[in-house]
Amino acid sequence: MDSKTPSGGPSASADPAIPRTVLSVSQLTLKIKQLVEAAFEFIWITGEISNFKIPASGHAYFTLKDAEAQIAAVMFRGVRRTLRFEPRDGLGVVGLGRISVYPPRGTYQIILEYLEPAGAGALQQAFEALKAKLAAEGLFDVVRKRPLPLLPRKIAVVTSATGAVFHDICHVALRRFPSLAIQLVPTAVQGAAAVEAIVRAIALANRDASAELIIVARGGGSLEDLQAFNSEPVARAIAASSLPVVSAVGHETDYTIADFVADLRAPTPSAAAEIVVPMKSELIGRIHHLVDRLHGRLRARMNLYRARIGEMAARLNVTRRRIDETRLRLDDMAARMVRSLQQRFAYQRQRIRWIEARLLAAHPRQRMARMRERLAAQTDHLVLAHRLFVARRRQGLDPLVARLTALNPLAVLGRGYSITRRLADHCVVSDAGSVAAGTDVEILLARGRLKARVTGKRD
Amino acid sequence: MAQPSFEAAFKQLEKIVAELESGDPPLETAIRKFEEGMRLARLCSRKLDETEKRISVLMETDDGRVEEHPLRDAEAVKDSES
Repeated sequence: MDSKTPSGGPSASADPAIPRTVLSVSQLTLKIKQLVEAAFEFIWITGEISNFKIPASGHAYFTLKDAEAQIAAVMFRGVRRTLRFEPRDGLGVVGLGRISVYPPRGTYQIILEYLEPAGAGALQQAFEALKAKLAAEGLFDVVRKRPLPLLPRKIAVVTSATGAVFHDICHVALRRFPSLAIQLVPTAVQGAAAVEAIVRAIALANRDASAELIIVARGGGSLEDLQAFNSEPVARAIAASSLPVVSAVGHETDYTIADFVADLRAPTPSAAAEIVVPMKSELIGRIHHLVDRLHGRLRARMNLYRARIGEMAARLNVTRRRIDETRLRLDDMAARMVRSLQQRFAYQRQRIRWIEARLLAAHPRQRMARMRERLAAQTDHLVLAHRLFVARRRQGLDPLVARLTALNPLAVLGRGYSITRRLADHCVVSDAGSVAAGTDVEILLARGRLKARVTGKRD
Repeated sequence: MAQPSFEAAFKQLEKIVAELESGDPPLETAIRKFEEGMRLARLCSRKLDETEKRISVLMETDDGRVEEHPLRDAEAVKDSES
């Protein structure tokens, strides 16, 4: 838009040296707007809030002022929601914004994109310094983090006795594990006395030691409100705690020193209860699952063994069958052997019998019988011949015998004669001189003989 | 020997299951482990039920003693939940 507009008028005569350029209000305002908004696009400003208002739109309107000046300020709804503190009249703040000119009213204001309580920057610096220091000491080291008990029988909650935090924790914890014991260790969580109170509460829970862990909890708040949890004494008390500590301070986006030192950081108190307290039904489920696996595993093993045993038994059966078969074959062979032997024996026996028969047939008995018959015949023949011969001879002999008998000297004996012989030499004594007295003699009579001794003689 | 904590028993149970599943111990050992596992599972189940519900407040008396009292409000909290 061209700022020059043709115009005429006698007023130009007021100072002819100045070119007579006339702007409309809109034109001027636009010029101002462009200048100012370009010059103050990002500025940090500090001042005190006054006249703080939030109309239905949800945007915040207030005045920032100091001793000598003031400026209208706007914070749109979306930005306002990110604030970690509640702005209120009289509060000193530091903000980042840009200057905006509003032509319809001819006003200017600062539109704030960020706002924090005055002094927050210093707090932030202190936070970073303490964080660095404790980190250097190793207080945040992962190795220091203690594991949480799987099933705490009792938990201690270090928090405010008033307020929703303890209630929320109990609500969640008891829903998850109805028979849990919860111990409240009441403490101030903000204000001047908070640091010392929190330190004492943590120590108290450790002295009592009936709980198995501590939840240090606080609801959301401004950086100032959470200040106690960014303090060194609280950090050291947490580090020194024998019981594991879970921090649950502020909102999910808030990180405090306590969170870094704690064994575990929960984003919110309710989340702390969820993390710390196991779901009973889930634990039961896990136990059942383990038992199932235990059973399944053993069953699998048993089935495997059973199958193997069956298989081996089958293989043994095969072997046994083979042994049985062998035994049968052995029997069979033995039987065949015996049979064949018997056959052999029978054959031999038969052969022997046959030879015997032949032998018997060849026996000389018959021959002997025949010979005996022949012998008998010949004997008979011989006897007959002999008898014949004898008879014939006897016929020739008889006259001779009669003659011989007549000549037998002994025949005279019958008529009483006797013959005397010397006994010693059977010499017939026919001369008395041939014997001497005392000679033994024998006298042959017709019947028998006498022994005698010569007792005397006569010649 | 003191009874092991739920956690110790549970971890032991997990270990036994893992051992049974990964290794191949002799059958007698496996059976012994199985029985031990079942015993631990029963122990764990019992432990889950044995804790008693109590809500208390822990305080330090003026003379420095530690005292624990039942907390009425908390009882109310819990009752409202059940």
